[in-house]
Amino acid sequence: MSATDTTAAARLSIEALDSALVHLTADGGVLRLSEVEAERLSGYQPPAVEEPGGERMIMNMGPQHPSTHGVLRLILELEGEVIRRSKPVVGYLHTGMEKTGEDLTYVQGCTNVTRMDYASPLFSELAFALGAETLLGVEVPERAQWIRMLMCEMNRLSSHLLFQATNGMDLGAASMMLYGWREREEVLRFLELVSGLRMNHNYIRVGGVAADLPDGWRDAALAVLDPLPERIEEFEVLLSGQPIWRERLQGVGVITAEEAIALGATGPILRSTGYAWDLRRNMPYLRYDQVDFDVCVGTYGDSYDRYAVRLAEIGESIRIIRQVLDKMPAGPYRVQDKKVTPPPRARIDESMEALIHHFKIFTEGFKVPEGEAYAAVESPRGELGCYMVSDGSGKPYRMHIRGPSFVNLQTLPHLMKDSMIADTVAIVSSVDPIMGEVDR
Amino acid sequence: MGDETVEAEATEGEAAEPEEPVELAYGVAVTRPRGETVLHPSREQLLDVVRALRSDGFWMCVDVCGVDYLTHPGRSLPRGVEPQRFEVVAGFLDHGGARRARVRTQVPADDPTCPSLFRIHPGVEAMEREAFDLFGIVFDGHPDMTRILMPEDWVGHPLRKDYDIGAIPVQFKAAHS
Repeated sequence: MSATDTTAAARLSIEALDSALVHLTADGGVLRLSEVEAERLSGYQPPAVEEPGGERMIMNMGPQHPSTHGVLRLILELEGEVIRRSKPVVGYLHTGMEKTGEDLTYVQGCTNVTRMDYASPLFSELAFALGAETLLGVEVPERAQWIRMLMCEMNRLSSHLLFQATNGMDLGAASMMLYGWREREEVLRFLELVSGLRMNHNYIRVGGVAADLPDGWRDAALAVLDPLPERIEEFEVLLSGQPIWRERLQGVGVITAEEAIALGATGPILRSTGYAWDLRRNMPYLRYDQVDFDVCVGTYGDSYDRYAVRLAEIGESIRIIRQVLDKMPAGPYRVQDKKVTPPPRARIDESMEALIHHFKIFTEGFKVPEGEAYAAVESPRGELGCYMVSDGSGKPYRMHIRGPSFVNLQTLPHLMKDSMIADTVAIVSSVDPIMGEVDR
Repeated sequence: MGDETVEAEATEGEAAEPEEPVELAYGVAVTRPRGETVLHPSREQLLDVVRALRSDGFWMCVDVCGVDYLTHPGRSLPRGVEPQRFEVVAGFLDHGGARRARVRTQVPADDPTCPSLFRIHPGVEAMEREAFDLFGIVFDGHPDMTRILMPEDWVGHPLRKDYDIGAIPVQFKAAHS
């Protein structure tokens, strides 16, 4: 189940990558058709004379289809019931969050990015905070690092449980939907206890976290963790062992490690091919180098492996959280740098200067030195990066989020090439895109 | 905090002294702000640099995005690199060596084109479309240079600094102004 970076990368060669490159550009799975043309061509097309057997049909799937995980639209070119070419059409949720981010201070920025990937909001906050902290040159205190790890792994649990629920529903295992949402709700209850909000937490801030862990957090965390392994075994019985489940997923939507790398796919898609690449292990951030966990990989790179990798990662996250519970250090939960951190509440009552200082941080924010930085974290969907350019003012000059879902969606045409239309839902579901992050 | 500022000032000071040689990697100027590796090729050198990076282990192109430096022209760049209005920033990842590299290409405002990395890294297709959509930078050799996030018939490129942000008038019926 685990491997180090050297073995993972050493198993591939540049020649294999080159041939994957040739294969990807030659397989012709990507349909390049404008929306206007797709509108005009939609429906049955009589076969062209020069194309033998070419009875093609252009079909639009979505953007409102309940199984497309939000507002993803697929333009499919069908030959009978087989998908020959396809194109994911995105942008229906585009709200210009990167533009908005240029007009918000670094204090306000977290409220913006947290709304991108709404299934795992803490990771966007973390990437944003790490990017700004790199520019500031601020080192976050030890306790804040561990709190961030605790919260992120909890969030990974909720995100993967949500995947199990929706993936089950997409494939007709409707009871799985209820079980997945039930466990996820327990995790969200913990996140609410700590951050005050079920979703869009705005908890991880530049310089630390918004608040210290509340009383009873340890018991609350254990109450979430203790029943989970048993529940996951139930999932295994319900899904993994079922012949119908395996039939629907095994061998469906296959991708190789070389193709995934060429397409920039990260996260469970890349790991499902047997390529052990996890930023937590290979390029550790926070304190992931001080906890013990395995990088879960698949073998065949099909939809089943992507499902199994996510299921196994739930177990690894539980392992990490248990170690975090043991190792949580005492100390400040945000950096003791007056430039970045507002004064504590009690000081405001005593000191006029503290009140002014507090007011200025929340109205004007703080100035960040000129420069650029890229910070990346391993979100449940893959590499989530934040590229930040500062012009020395209190607002980012450019704030770009590299969303894993956005890049991973490009694997869809290749995964769906020559598959049956009934497998579309299984494949889209196994890529697990969150459209809020795709469209930003 | 203090170390970083000193370091930033030091690099600016180096750029000001003409006798200090510019550090080169893959045949182009390289800077190391905050420990990250940043390459500065020209548009003509871009594809060669990316190919060299790829054969050096940087197998994955992680990210491509545009930046519009219209209102912040005085950024620090290595000597010999002419600042232009736009920049195309591409991030690369070397799995074996666990290291990153970033490539910043200057793109002038009067000719906003840049060679596409699609033939080397097909995964940049959506990201280059995004940069085209939001900045109006055209990528030569891209198979499908169309808008991706904005509607197809949209006019303008929203992430440009001179793009007017529209406003919808809101009427408050109860209050007279």
